[in-house]
Amino acid sequence: MHFAFTEDQLLFRDTVAEFFANECPPEKVRWSWDDEVGRDASTWAALAEMGVIGLTVPEAFGGMGMNEIDLLPILTEAGRYAYPAPLVETVAVVAPLLAESAPSEIAEKWLPGIADGSVIATVELDGQPFVNDMHIANLLIAQRGDRLFAVPGENVRSTAQVSVDGARRLFSVEWDEADAELIASGEAGVQAANRAFDRGAAATAAMLVGLSEQMIAMTVAYVVDRKQFGVPIGSFQAVKHHLADAELKVSFARPVVWAAAYGLATNSDEVAREVSMAKCFASDAAEVVARKALQTHGAIGYTTEHDLHFWLKRSWALASSWGDALWHRRRVAHILLDN
Amino acid sequence: MDLNFTPAEEAFRAEARAWLEANVPVGLPSGDTAEGFALHVEWEKKLFDARWSVVSWPEEYGGRGASLWEWLIFEEEYYRAGGPQRVTQNGIFLLAPTIFEFGTEEQKARFLPRMAAADDLWCQGWSEPDAGSDLAGIKSRAARDDERGGWVINGQKTWTTRGAFCNWLFGLFRTDPDAARHSGMTYLMVPLETPGVTVRGVERLDGDEGFAEVFFDDVFVPDDLVLGGVNEGWGVAMATTSSERGLTLRSPGRFCAAADRLVDLWKRQAAAGEHPERVESMRDDVAQSWMEAEAYRLATLADVTGLVNGVSQGARSSLTKIFWSELDVNLNETALRLLGPAAELIETSPAAVDGGAWMKGFEFALSGPIYAGTNEIQRNVVAERVLGLPRK
Repeated sequence: MHFAFTEDQLLFRDTVAEFFANECPPEKVRWSWDDEVGRDASTWAALAEMGVIGLTVPEAFGGMGMNEIDLLPILTEAGRYAYPAPLVETVAVVAPLLAESAPSEIAEKWLPGIADGSVIATVELDGQPFVNDMHIANLLIAQRGDRLFAVPGENVRSTAQVSVDGARRLFSVEWDEADAELIASGEAGVQAANRAFDRGAAATAAMLVGLSEQMIAMTVAYVVDRKQFGVPIGSFQAVKHHLADAELKVSFARPVVWAAAYGLATNSDEVAREVSMAKCFASDAAEVVARKALQTHGAIGYTTEHDLHFWLKRSWALASSWGDALWHRRRVAHILLDN
Repeated sequence: MDLNFTPAEEAFRAEARAWLEANVPVGLPSGDTAEGFALHVEWEKKLFDARWSVVSWPEEYGGRGASLWEWLIFEEEYYRAGGPQRVTQNGIFLLAPTIFEFGTEEQKARFLPRMAAADDLWCQGWSEPDAGSDLAGIKSRAARDDERGGWVINGQKTWTTRGAFCNWLFGLFRTDPDAARHSGMTYLMVPLETPGVTVRGVERLDGDEGFAEVFFDDVFVPDDLVLGGVNEGWGVAMATTSSERGLTLRSPGRFCAAADRLVDLWKRQAAAGEHPERVESMRDDVAQSWMEAEAYRLATLADVTGLVNGVSQGARSSLTKIFWSELDVNLNETALRLLGPAAELIETSPAAVDGGAWMKGFEFALSGPIYAGTNEIQRNVVAERVLGLPRK
């Protein structure tokens, strides 16, 4: 029994965290809101250079051949810095799906490009209907019933949807089967789609942990500095208890998310339950933390001039993506009660 | 990362499971009444005879030298088998770690084997009428008696769990009244048969005489019953309270077993078909309670991984205390809501479901957010010592 990361895993995570600290400061998140495309190719290329984009691509295709235990701590850092590009879709979902479930000619066609950063991939599943970053994606993996397809980006017709998080770019998509390649169908298609959904949910949970930790850090810094009645507001018990509640939520979401990473990486028999617990706890935690952070900031947090709203809105968006807490809690209830 | 136990640990589990399944008593009454307590002490002696009473202690004191992982496994199996509350817990889980850390060799040899065998039964003397959450406000005085070589105690302790049934008390007493608040206290161990000690049982919320007040009138305690240094009791006591907040008192096994029983209760209620809408509406709450117990188990695995690698929980043990105490209340409340009109029926009622265990469990759980430092105090600790907010 050893429920912790290795030193190598933590070192890789810390290296990526340092990269985000330098390359994705809040001004960059603000730029993503304001810019029409909102994505910066050089950051993606640098992450590919570091091995982050190809992290889950098998070594035979130029990737690192690593798994969710290596990946999820890195996604927590991406969440901490509110990095807006489609890491969950490309790295956590599409690359493992192609490696695991696609015919070899399809895997060979796309995986080396993912690893070197030239292919950005996104995904549409039954449980995840709005497609992230279709405007920059070269590849869409899409579900139709029990079939999964690979659709080249140029063959997708997309309609922009507008998220409360202005850094997100969401789309509804249409495409023709004649322009797509079949990856899997029947039982194999359903299994591949379910596995893809679980990977996306766990990866998003890891991001929510980072978002939550950052909202707590911002709020702690604020209440130590902000004075009312001649003292820091962080000395008031009501404020302390808001922050303690926030810390409690994220502290008990964290190990649940790591257990889901382990379950995915080791093909656990109970992976559906493990992943649903993770997304349920991480979504609930982020929603509570966001409320506490806003309440504790007061009016300054209620403006778009302050940076806090980037994290609030990303939290709201991700909490309801890839299955919200309600959906995942009901899946756990079904697993526990209906047998 | 590896969430598997070793073959040796699994063998330990199998041995514990086999013995517990064959020996765990069925239908013991509450251990918080005089008659029930005596039956629980018999069970504790049986555990000791088979060397299961204090698995993590060294063999010379009656244990098995089990690792923290094996201790967790034992706890899982104990509660999975339906093992009863441990009436020895204040001794074996709270005092013993303090004796191991601060006791002399003589004290270890004198107290630990008898504690393991349930020959001595220990209660905790922390709270006083004017000192609850503010433990450093205690006033009970131990005055120096050089002639006899010891201390003379005057004062009162209160909310002493099972104090009416135990024969020893450990607690904090003020030995230097002129010292600053957190100084001048000494950790003493007191035989309750000593002349001058009066114990009065107090009925708890659940109707059992589980509490006591303990009065001290010129009670003499010799020097060899001082644990740690004279006037150093605060530091010694803090070692014990962190055990109380953290995992040794409340291992996840107990909550995981309760969560499994809750799932079972839901299924039985669903099968009975008497309140289909109520049962259907409780699905999410049952799942949430089960997940909270599982989250506590996972958090404990992470904490123990840290501990075996030398990383102490420190002030984060306050987060642990808030989480397990609130999950315990939530879990029992969920069961009561599932029972609807039968929720209020207690053990002596013929129509009570599961012998009234859920109301009993609810009443017991309600003590969790209060004792070992109220959850309001724990939230202050989290804010100040985990997050770094200013004290004032």
